[in-house]
Amino acid sequence: MHPKLMLSQLLKDGENIMLMNEMKVGASGIVKAIIASPMIKKRLLAMGLTPNTPFRIAKVAPLGDPIELSIRGYRLSIRKSEASCLEVELSEND
Amino acid sequence: MHKIALGGNPNSGKTSVFNALTGSHQHVGNWPGVTVERKEGELRIGSEKFVLIDLPGTYSLSANSLDEKIARDFIIDKKPELTVIVIDQTNIERNLFLVLEIIEMGRPVLLVLNMDDEAKKIGVTVDSDGLAKFLNVGVCKTVANKRIGIDTLKEQILKASNRQDKPKVLKFSEKTEKMIQNIIPFFSNYGEELRRWFAIKALEKDEHIEELIGDNKFKQLTLKIEELEKSISSETDILLAEERYAIIHGIAKEFIKRVLTEEDRERLSTKIDDIITHRIWGIPIFVGIMWVMFQLAFFVGGYLVDVVDHWFSLFGNYLASVMGNSLFSAFITDAVIGGLGAFAVFLPQLFVLFLFISFLGDIGYMSRAAFVMDKFMHALGLHGKSFIPMILGFGCTVPGVMAARTLESKKDRVITILVTPLMSCGARLPVYALLGGIFFSPHEGTITFLLYMIGIIMAIMMARIFKSTFFKKEETLFIMELPPYRWPSARETFGQALRNSWLFLKKAGTIIFIAVIIIWLLSVFPAGIDAPPQDNYIGSIGRVLEPVFEPLGFQGWEAGVALTFGILAKEIVVGTFGTLFTGQEFGELVEYEQAGLKGNLIQGLKTVFPDGIAAFSFLLFVLIYTPCAAALATIKQEIGWKWMWFTAVYLFVLAYAVSFAFYKIAIFFN
Repeated sequence: MHPKLMLSQLLKDGENIMLMNEMKVGASGIVKAIIASPMIKKRLLAMGLTPNTPFRIAKVAPLGDPIELSIRGYRLSIRKSEASCLEVELSEND
Repeated sequence: MHKIALGGNPNSGKTSVFNALTGSHQHVGNWPGVTVERKEGELRIGSEKFVLIDLPGTYSLSANSLDEKIARDFIIDKKPELTVIVIDQTNIERNLFLVLEIIEMGRPVLLVLNMDDEAKKIGVTVDSDGLAKFLNVGVCKTVANKRIGIDTLKEQILKASNRQDKPKVLKFSEKTEKMIQNIIPFFSNYGEELRRWFAIKALEKDEHIEELIGDNKFKQLTLKIEELEKSISSETDILLAEERYAIIHGIAKEFIKRVLTEEDRERLSTKIDDIITHRIWGIPIFVGIMWVMFQLAFFVGGYLVDVVDHWFSLFGNYLASVMGNSLFSAFITDAVIGGLGAFAVFLPQLFVLFLFISFLGDIGYMSRAAFVMDKFMHALGLHGKSFIPMILGFGCTVPGVMAARTLESKKDRVITILVTPLMSCGARLPVYALLGGIFFSPHEGTITFLLYMIGIIMAIMMARIFKSTFFKKEETLFIMELPPYRWPSARETFGQALRNSWLFLKKAGTIIFIAVIIIWLLSVFPAGIDAPPQDNYIGSIGRVLEPVFEPLGFQGWEAGVALTFGILAKEIVVGTFGTLFTGQEFGELVEYEQAGLKGNLIQGLKTVFPDGIAAFSFLLFVLIYTPCAAALATIKQEIGWKWMWFTAVYLFVLAYAVSFAFYKIAIFFN
């Protein structure tokens, strides 16, 4: 199991807690935490991926990476490695 | 003269606003000490004169990247009377993040709600009067690429720069404000607004705070922030971004009316995108678009090249007939007109390529291309956005190097530029065709294909090497907005292509022109214009180079001369061999055949390259060695002298090593 994920499972009971890169296309979720280097963290925050922000995985690139998010009414593309810096909660209705 | 700054997110239409305000009164340069483009323009409103400085487009002011640092340093140090911020109304929440950061600086601000037409289409209405009153700033709506609302904008600029209103201080939550108060004493030697601004930046763990307050104070500051973080059991940088977006959410609720739901809007915008970045069709579509681009550049551009070339030689001949046969007239016709011609013939093709790039960028395809290709390029040590510059390199290195501007990180940008010359450009093809036709017929096609592939493999290898030597520690990002598809305005797209062509002419033109004149002088002195080349300096250079190139299999001094001339433009290698062996300069073997000189040329070439191995060794060298003067001048303009010299030298060394290794190994096995 991913160490970041283990930490979150100790803190919360959420079965729905995972890292963003593990989500399937079409799934929706809410950003819970950001564990990233300062440079990546600053950019993710500026682009609107702050805690409690809802988003949807809109698409995956033809070669499997990067992914495309629908967030705050616009489209954002990030690599899976960057998505793995985001701990998310899967929305129930999916 | 009033000084005003223009800021905004990338893709917000900032460039359109800049063009609409300043028209043709623009100056392009670099920001001091760095090779980031700096544009400023003049405008007159009533009797007042303004100078408008275009700040780099950024998403925030965290000074994470060079662009962000330039933008914020300008506002802090140069204190513009007014900062005009362009906002894409279709994506207003994320655009407001930068707005709030600038407002936090406490200096006069004017908001331009751009893309009003598209906002209407997706049912977004912003109450601009309410927003203006709430933030105590000027607000006006525009459709900048259609020049709608520009007069009102000008009036507002005049008003705002006279009134010098300070925007409202937007308070964070109580606990955050308390933390800011805790940090403010560290910045006591700044004015009231900047004190608060730096305190906020310190809580955001800004990289440049340390150099601002010194080691000692910074250690105390770090301890203080750690203490605060413990008390809130959260991170202050995340908290501030979260609260800024909460303020934005509040503003949106109050002043933005949305008729359509999020799903409705998505349905409107994603239909085309589903095809263009489709899992299966995405890559074929990308390849198709690139193919069309080259067809256009080579057919339309190629036709125009012939026209320009024709007129230049007519003009040269006319001058020669008027001025007689003196050294001075030869200088004017061969060196000056020839020198102008040497880069004027590039222009049509470059213009077509520039036009295509700005069209693809404006329409929103460039970021999709990067999205589609990123995994592949990342595996090679590059970035999704490196793909376009490298593809363009197959046409001409110059637009390739210029297109690398879209790469944000210095690392990706420099590496992409360093390897782009290895993409075999159009000007190298005549050399492959000539030697291929003589030495490898009927397999010249295979030989040419092989050379292209070797170039690509070399580029991949060098990218990996550069990545792990010069830029070992640098991180790169692929956190990129995919803007909505937009039908661009012809004026903007054409204007952009014209500006890029003009920039090339101005910057690269001078260097190419000087290089042409120097080489001309070397070829007519000291023995004179009618003497055979081997009696002039160029011949001496050839003889000096002869032993240098001998280990690569080239016999005689002519190869060195051809390669020296090739630095002007690679296709000149063919013309030089022609001049040296037949006294006539043509571009293709067929033309020599028509002139009855094919035999002489073949005979000459076969003495320089005794066998196919030597000829292929020469082709490898032409593929790899120092790029042409135009390419070097563009590299200098984009990333500076240091990298230009590095490119020139590393490619020469690499070419030598590859040709040498090939020649020795091939001889050994033969």
